[in-house]
Amino acid sequence: MKKGNLFLYIGGAISAIMSFLIILGYFWTPYSPTAMNVGAKFQAPSLEHLMGTDNFGRDIFSRVIDGAGTTFFIAVSVVAIGCALGILIGSLCGYYGGLPDIILTRICDSITAFPSFLLALVIISIMGSGKYNIIFALGILFIPSFARIVRSEFARYRDLNYIKSARLMGAGSFRIMFRHILPNTFPVLLSAITIGFNNAVLSEASMSFLSIGIQPPDASLGSMLSDSQIYLGSAPWYALGTGAVIILLILGFSLLSEGLQRMSKNG
Amino acid sequence: MADMLNVKDLKVHFHNAPEEKFAVNGVSFSVKEGEILGLVGESGSGKTVTAMSISGLLPKNRADFFGSITLDGSEIFQCSEKEILSILGDKLGIVFQEPMTSMNPVMRIGPQIEEALRVHTNLSKDERRQRALEAMAQAELGEPEKVYKKYPHELSGGMLQRAMIAAAIISRPKLLLADEPTTALDVTIQAEILSLLRRLNMEHNMAILLISHDLHVVRRLCSRVAVMQQGKIVEEGLVEDIFKNPQHPYTKKLLDAIPTRDRKLI
Amino acid sequence: MEPVLEVRNLNTYYTEGRSLFGQKGRRHQVLKDVSFTIGQGEIVGLVGESGSGKTTLARTILGFVNDYEGQIIHHSDRPQMVFQDPFGSLNPSFTIGKILEEPLIIKGGYTAAQRKDEVYEMLRQVGLDESYAERMPNELSGGQRQRVSIASAVITKPKLVIADEPVSALDVTIQAQILRLLVDLKKKYDLSYLFISHDLNVVYQICSRVLVMEGGSIVEQNDTDELFKNPRHPYTKALLKAAE
Repeated sequence: MKKGNLFLYIGGAISAIMSFLIILGYFWTPYSPTAMNVGAKFQAPSLEHLMGTDNFGRDIFSRVIDGAGTTFFIAVSVVAIGCALGILIGSLCGYYGGLPDIILTRICDSITAFPSFLLALVIISIMGSGKYNIIFALGILFIPSFARIVRSEFARYRDLNYIKSARLMGAGSFRIMFRHILPNTFPVLLSAITIGFNNAVLSEASMSFLSIGIQPPDASLGSMLSDSQIYLGSAPWYALGTGAVIILLILGFSLLSEGLQRMSKNG
Repeated sequence: MADMLNVKDLKVHFHNAPEEKFAVNGVSFSVKEGEILGLVGESGSGKTVTAMSISGLLPKNRADFFGSITLDGSEIFQCSEKEILSILGDKLGIVFQEPMTSMNPVMRIGPQIEEALRVHTNLSKDERRQRALEAMAQAELGEPEKVYKKYPHELSGGMLQRAMIAAAIISRPKLLLADEPTTALDVTIQAEILSLLRRLNMEHNMAILLISHDLHVVRRLCSRVAVMQQGKIVEEGLVEDIFKNPQHPYTKKLLDAIPTRDRKLI
Repeated sequence: MEPVLEVRNLNTYYTEGRSLFGQKGRRHQVLKDVSFTIGQGEIVGLVGESGSGKTTLARTILGFVNDYEGQIIHHSDRPQMVFQDPFGSLNPSFTIGKILEEPLIIKGGYTAAQRKDEVYEMLRQVGLDESYAERMPNELSGGQRQRVSIASAVITKPKLVIADEPVSALDVTIQAQILRLLVDLKKKYDLSYLFISHDLNVVYQICSRVLVMEGGSIVEQNDTDELFKNPRHPYTKALLKAAE
């Protein structure tokens, strides 16, 4: 019980600080994230520039906050798309079963069987890169993981006695699915969402790192990490600052979800 | 008659329970040689915890035990883990409620029945097999040779319970611990298993400690009965006396609740 | 006596192992030519051992099985069901109040205030006070849960309730209370029960008529007293002897 709360507190604290900075970043950053200052290239961290400056003299802290905002937006959108469509497909498949279930499950399996990167690459190369195309590509890729979880939960609940009772009362399928069954899947969904969020952050970062993601001058955590690696020797704070933010973002959410799960398990 | 089993002031406290809440709170009773004692109670009365303490199945890291349990002269709380295992394997046979989940689904019946011999004796393979077939015959399993080679899912619930009994009596224990042995079975099968237990008791002088919530079963099988409520034995005596003339209010309540054909609710 | 349910020449089938490409698995007949009637206000016992088809009969009557021949005539709207396992029959994410309100919402025609009154009234009828409306199922004991399941089956005032081993998972002192409750509710709301049980003594206590099932057929049906006094079918005799 105590341990669960510790996870919750630490995770909650990290996530709260990160969210605050990200939201703050939408309105205000210490410097403009894109303002170059040739006179102030590669400055080490100081009170003036908390995380130093990069090869164009841009304030890394401002860019990191801004980039984290982009990454966060992408990750949340991806999880929202994947989760919403995953719930829809998974609940229909799990509740009704039959041929449509088999077909949709097979499609989800084949999406999962593909290396997701390759698939994202294909979608990006067809549609072009950019924030919304990345969201679309990753969103599609994230559907199966949610659909599969929701499907198995629904298939399990479908035959429980209280669901049979609801059917006997004359409740429609829609009502049974979304009022009677869905709330019971929330604990499982919650952990899927946090894991999905973390995966989305990493996927966006890796795609941008391979420069098929966010394009300059926009910053995202992945593209910044990619830029920074050339200067790893001369300006290590660049990579360290960016990497630390990715790690904190993911760590915060992981701890938070672990804490929530332990709390719900302990009743 | 000597005591086969003597339980004295047994207390069990689970580590995750509140400080003053004992699952078993000062239980004393004994089972004499060749006797059938029934331990009855409702869920939460502590009867199953008592049984598990005797069988050594409760891990020491989850609960604290106080008092003493003496099985055929050996005080089991004084013994090392290894000694306990050999005493239990030699002197105590155990039959559980759920025959379906008490057997390993991927092992044939015969080898599972022999398991105790493999661990506790140096008998050869053929000797073990011979003993298994004997035990199966004693448990009234038809065609033991055939059943020996079958898998659990090929047997009915009643046959599985007979196989469990065969496994429990193969090392010729003097005490059989039967925890709700008929609860999961149909009534006609129940009656057969009860008469089998009675025959084992008569013919082999095997003492039986029967744990049950079902007073019908206790009445039909046991000579003595102890009634448990909230971790304590509230009444103990001969079956005829208790059923005819219960003293403790809880015993009366239990007996009143038994559905009988003496009265109707409509 | 008005009938609430008539079952005529019912044959139910079960197909195992249906596969993806529509090859038919083996089709077993589970119920064989089952016919009986339940009258208004009657408690009809259905006894038999595991695998005799009792539960399949209940499932077919309730419409959970589609592969059947014969007639099932309901002379009332939806029959309701009380299940054996008090732990799987209440939605763990609903409060007790919500569990009881749901059938009324689905049925329709009540205002929120009326529903609330009905829920409290029903809680009182099954021996629980109003504070239970705020509780969650996992805070309740087995007997209390079974009271809630019964309440949720009865709250829409159905004519027929099918009770599948409603007391066999409960402690014996609780069993007696729940049986008493079922009988009280029957009198109060003029319910009829199809009471499925393996315990002949329980059936004797509360049923007016008994159906005995073996191997998917009803081998004997009679008034309770007559059946217990003069069992005719050998299987009935065996059952009665085993339960003595």
